[in-house]
Amino acid sequence: MRLPYYPGCTLKTTARNFDQSTTASAKALGIELIELPRWNCCGTVHALAKDDVMHYLAPIRNLIRVEEMSEQGQVDEKKVVTACAMCYNTLKRANTVVNEDQEKMQKLRDNMEKEQPYGGTAEVVHLLEVLRDWGWDKVADRVEKPLEKLRVAPYYGCLLLRPRGSGIDDVDNPQILERLMDALGADVVDIPFKTKCCGAYHTVQMKEVVAELSHRILDQAVKAGADMVVTACPLCEYNLGPRQEEVRKVFRGFGSIPVVYFTQLMALAFGLEEATGFELNNPDPRPILREKGVP
Amino acid sequence: MLKTESRLTYRPRPENASFKAKVEELSGENLNLCFQCGACSSGCPLTEEMDLLPSKVIRFVQLGEMEVLDSKTIWVCSTCFNCEVRCPRGIDIANVMEALRQLMLRKKYDHFSLDSLDAEELRELPQIAIISNLRKLTA
Repeated sequence: MRLPYYPGCTLKTTARNFDQSTTASAKALGIELIELPRWNCCGTVHALAKDDVMHYLAPIRNLIRVEEMSEQGQVDEKKVVTACAMCYNTLKRANTVVNEDQEKMQKLRDNMEKEQPYGGTAEVVHLLEVLRDWGWDKVADRVEKPLEKLRVAPYYGCLLLRPRGSGIDDVDNPQILERLMDALGADVVDIPFKTKCCGAYHTVQMKEVVAELSHRILDQAVKAGADMVVTACPLCEYNLGPRQEEVRKVFRGFGSIPVVYFTQLMALAFGLEEATGFELNNPDPRPILREKGVP
Repeated sequence: MLKTESRLTYRPRPENASFKAKVEELSGENLNLCFQCGACSSGCPLTEEMDLLPSKVIRFVQLGEMEVLDSKTIWVCSTCFNCEVRCPRGIDIANVMEALRQLMLRKKYDHFSLDSLDAEELRELPQIAIISNLRKLTA
């Protein structure tokens, strides 16, 4: 199956490991992710003010690319696959708004006269949803090296689940990452703060506050005996991973725990070690993986 | 000494009503629905950094009190939508916070400037952090 794929900006720079492990592990399952031609930044956050139409231009322009790809027969469905939680949320909400509000849709078309008009037929999905529809048993069948004895704590963050109606799973007790980890053979560790905010963009100007919030989440994972935290958002990964240096400045007793993307564990379990890109993660998850004999 | 009647009666000024209407228009939320249960505040992960609890921000807007725009809270909110899924009245509080920020940003107020970061910090931060920060906190 060929599906359009929107990587987003950060997956091309600091989160290259997320990008390469996404395309490689999807391909191993028979899902070919074809990157949109001429895609642009989605804007990272949904425009919440009701009169703000300008900020829909960026996400909707990407969805025009999806319709073009479909018309040219490059993809089998108009479902654009995202891996980044923030891209997913921004594209999905913009799509919902313009489809529900024809006035806004018309305004957008008028402002993008060089583009073909957006038909509203693209659908925005997250890779985890694609995997769920594909079937966990099929994912499990593809596993070559089960992640036995590896204890992983799923962390969802905000935008995969909220607000109501935009999420990929139950807002209070999501299970989609847990099911994936089960399929890969890992042990799931549940932490109460798996849907609490890591501080998001405040990491730029209030890193002490982010350290505080990240510590609450990471500390629960450490105390629950997790070997690593698994996530689907490059901003969560940054706040929970590299920001552990800030955490240790405030909480002297805190050690460290690796934070990885769910696709990296998929690539590892599928025997695609060259696509895992663990060398970009900080803290480095490889020592604990070697210690656990995984894979 | 105030007369009993005027002590017990809250008299909104016309500008209070227009401020409330403006916030409702920008946010798309009906603030009369809020009955001050505090569920938003109890679920908010950032209240320790706030001067007004989220539920109090809503109360200020209900009363049309414009000084809420000077509150730290509207800039501390990280738009995590935890309040939105908790609210029993179906108010998207994150939209109200955004409306209040927009009222400031549209007067060319910048809450933050990248100039305050040194070159190394700027290099290290993923662009997802920088872009979302600028989208939320700058005009």
